[in-house]
Amino acid sequence: MGALTIEQVRKTFGNVEILKGIDIDIEAGEFLILVGPSGCGKSTLLNMIAGLDVPTTGKILLGDRDITHLPSKDRDIAMVFQSYALYPNMSVAQNIAFALEMRKVPKAEREAAVQRVASMLQIGHLLDRKPGQLSGGQRQRVAMGRALARNPKLFLFDEPLSNLDAKLRVEMRAEIKRLHQKTQTTTVYVTHDQVEAMTLGDRIAVMKDGQVQQFGTPDDIYSRPATRFVAEFIGSPAMNLMTAQRAAAGLAASGVALPLAEVQRASISAGAANEVSYGIRPEDIALVSADQTGALPGRISMLEPTGPETYALVETALGVLTARVPGKVVQRVGDAVALQWSPLSAHLFDAKSEQRLA
Amino acid sequence: MSAPSALRTPWLPKLVIAPSFVLSFFFIYGLIAWNGYLSLSASRLLPNYDFVGLEQYVKLFDNDRWWVALRNLGIFGGLFIFGGMALGLLLAILLDQKVRAEGVLRTIYLYPMALSFIVTGTAWKWILNPGLGIEHLMREWGFTNFEFGWLVDPDKAIYCVAIAGIWQSAGFVMALFLAGLRSIDDSIIKAAQVDGASLPRIYWRIIIPTLRPVFFSTLMVVSHLAIKSFDLVMALTAGGPGYATDLPATFMYTMAFSRGQIGLGAASATIMLATVAAIVVPYLYSELRTKK
Amino acid sequence: MSAPSSLAPRLSWGRIALFAALGLFALFFLTPLYVMLSTALKSMDEIRNGTLLSLPLSPTLDAWAKAWSGACTGTDCGGLKPFFMNSVMMVVPAVGISTLIGSLNGYVLSKWRFRGSELMFALMLFGVFMPMQVVLLPMSQILGWLGIASSIWGLVLIHVLAGIPSTTLFFRNYYVGLPDELVKAAMLDGANFWQIFRRIVLPLSTPILVVTLIWQFTNIWNDFLYGVVFSGADSKPITVGLNNLANTTSSVKEYNVDMAAALIAALPTLFVYVVAGKYFVRGLTAGAVKG
Repeated sequence: MGALTIEQVRKTFGNVEILKGIDIDIEAGEFLILVGPSGCGKSTLLNMIAGLDVPTTGKILLGDRDITHLPSKDRDIAMVFQSYALYPNMSVAQNIAFALEMRKVPKAEREAAVQRVASMLQIGHLLDRKPGQLSGGQRQRVAMGRALARNPKLFLFDEPLSNLDAKLRVEMRAEIKRLHQKTQTTTVYVTHDQVEAMTLGDRIAVMKDGQVQQFGTPDDIYSRPATRFVAEFIGSPAMNLMTAQRAAAGLAASGVALPLAEVQRASISAGAANEVSYGIRPEDIALVSADQTGALPGRISMLEPTGPETYALVETALGVLTARVPGKVVQRVGDAVALQWSPLSAHLFDAKSEQRLA
Repeated sequence: MSAPSALRTPWLPKLVIAPSFVLSFFFIYGLIAWNGYLSLSASRLLPNYDFVGLEQYVKLFDNDRWWVALRNLGIFGGLFIFGGMALGLLLAILLDQKVRAEGVLRTIYLYPMALSFIVTGTAWKWILNPGLGIEHLMREWGFTNFEFGWLVDPDKAIYCVAIAGIWQSAGFVMALFLAGLRSIDDSIIKAAQVDGASLPRIYWRIIIPTLRPVFFSTLMVVSHLAIKSFDLVMALTAGGPGYATDLPATFMYTMAFSRGQIGLGAASATIMLATVAAIVVPYLYSELRTKK
Repeated sequence: MSAPSSLAPRLSWGRIALFAALGLFALFFLTPLYVMLSTALKSMDEIRNGTLLSLPLSPTLDAWAKAWSGACTGTDCGGLKPFFMNSVMMVVPAVGISTLIGSLNGYVLSKWRFRGSELMFALMLFGVFMPMQVVLLPMSQILGWLGIASSIWGLVLIHVLAGIPSTTLFFRNYYVGLPDELVKAAMLDGANFWQIFRRIVLPLSTPILVVTLIWQFTNIWNDFLYGVVFSGADSKPITVGLNNLANTTSSVKEYNVDMAAALIAALPTLFVYVVAGKYFVRGLTAGAVKG
């Protein structure tokens, strides 16, 4: 039994099945990310862990306690909301101490906790201010402080960084990671941003339409996506995907034979799939000169320099492919180039079931 | 969020609202039903729960005074609603023109709503006093043949009620329309100006049509005020001369509490209810539906 | 939006016409008040010799004194004072209780929704608009059975019952604007239903509290219908007193006393209006325009 176990949790609302059977199990101190597009059910699941909603069937266990039907206040869980939900009529210090006050913690202990948290988050100078007088980043810290003050068994974060501007988001992300390393509290973090998911998570659950498409470490998710959706969702720019049919001893798309390794050919032959989605990440594609043998010829249709890299959109027989090139690209728009990649970098999915083949 | 379930005591919110709901439900619907039954009963001075079918309603519509009341409601209601809405809209548009004294003017136009209709009625009764009021004033100013005995003229008295009513509520209509005007997006107006529309054009073609929802909700509120008018008439004319300025509300009161005709009074009240419901229920229904 | 700025502060013919119109309307609304005031300060001789608009040449407060303690309202000739007191004793509990109940109801209906709560709200909402004629007869019976038919408490009861739909509407619409996440955060922090109300929701309620108190005070103080139907000899509110005073068919009509009495009756609500007028406006627009 891990620190948090979600067992066959389902949620129906009227005729709509919002969660279709979720199974997740994490160890104490782990940082779990729930990531997915809007409407995938991640916030609903988080609300159920928090006690703000109840599963239709299934169980949620914290350690070995079944908390599925426990009221929120009895679960020993703290949450940071997307809008921070700081109490506007109370000072920062009162906000942080509120939960302790509700638990009838004596005043001296409350004040000590506030001081401890304030120094951890460097908000000591804000303690007498009201939330309305704080900036976005400061409010974020106070929201985290409120959660930290309770020393709970579980932290929940509901898209806490989406209201911040890009630079602040990067700073706060690092802050959250630092705090997690320090406190080692089990955390569940909901986001729709895959960069946050990859950088913060020990384990990631990629969700779509009420189901967990893949549950694993960031490396699992990135290197061996279990479905086409996961492959496209993680990684920016998105993976290049093309539909291929069986041809000769391998695969061909739009008349072009696709590079395949032996082990991949074997998986295809073993399976019954007629159509296969062939995926290759932009960072795995090399931009080479047009006359390179064995490479796929094409013409550059657009260049997007980002500073450290350049995204090159290249028109080929297989469609427009995006390649990620370190540094600058010598060629210009309209020039002829060729694309090359190792077949082992390719990801193969059954075109119909979208499950990974190789 | 199924909020109550997150509590240790999920029944508590329901318990808290239950007494109010039960009381309100009984107060509104229970009493409506009771009154409805009274209107189908043979009650006169005291309640008598013998069922007599629609006899009271027949009596009601046979009653000259009731027809006077209905006719008056039409005249008064029409003038009150039309006059009040028109004046209120005009005032709102005028005040919308970036006038510096807007705050003071708004206070002046709206203060009558803070007064009781009895106060208004008493004041206007004096102003419209045939001997010493406006008539006298006009005569002193040189219009020696000016006559203004409307207040005691059975045919004209109802217009006096309308005048006082408009005076009291035009400010309220103005406040509603002003709020509506202020909520219109600036950029739409600017776009129209760039397109070369003149000010009256802008008002007529863009602003006033956008005010449709405000218009309807205001119309509904003013209409139901008109139907319920009781205090104003009692103070201004006491329903007189005779019963020339009777309105359904005063009719009901007189029948039920002075004339010992409870059944008749209850029937008139039910008719009033039906009229208000016919206006209000569709409005409420559409409002609550769009909120979802 | 405010009007198109191109026509704003230049002094054109249009602008002059605008000011003229605004000024005329201001006169239309202020003149009755002036007439009431000036008539109340005149003696009856002056009234007969002058006109509506003539200024009081030798202003006197005699009419006011008589209106307060000497005028006849039917069989008694004790002036408006007892009625004023009755109104005060009726208004304070009625306003307080209906506001308190409204705030609790609004809190439940906005933050603790359950199955059927919206329907409950819709059903209660009709009470804001329905014509009260329809409850007069049954209510008289009920008040009689409860033994409070002729007392102030009868009036308090009916004003509370009639006021709950409105106050609930105001608070519910306001609380809907408070973020739900505040309540969620408080629940996770361990607060229960009452603690959330007392520590978080109520402190944030000041604006709507003021609006509701002013709205209820104005409506209940100014009410006449319930006052005339449900009061006994000793519990008539000031509106009833005023109406009786102004309509007594005694030998000599004393218009100055009538006007003074009207002003006395109007003073409390006018005072509240002048002092807190903008909250009053908010109350009007919140109650009427929203669904």
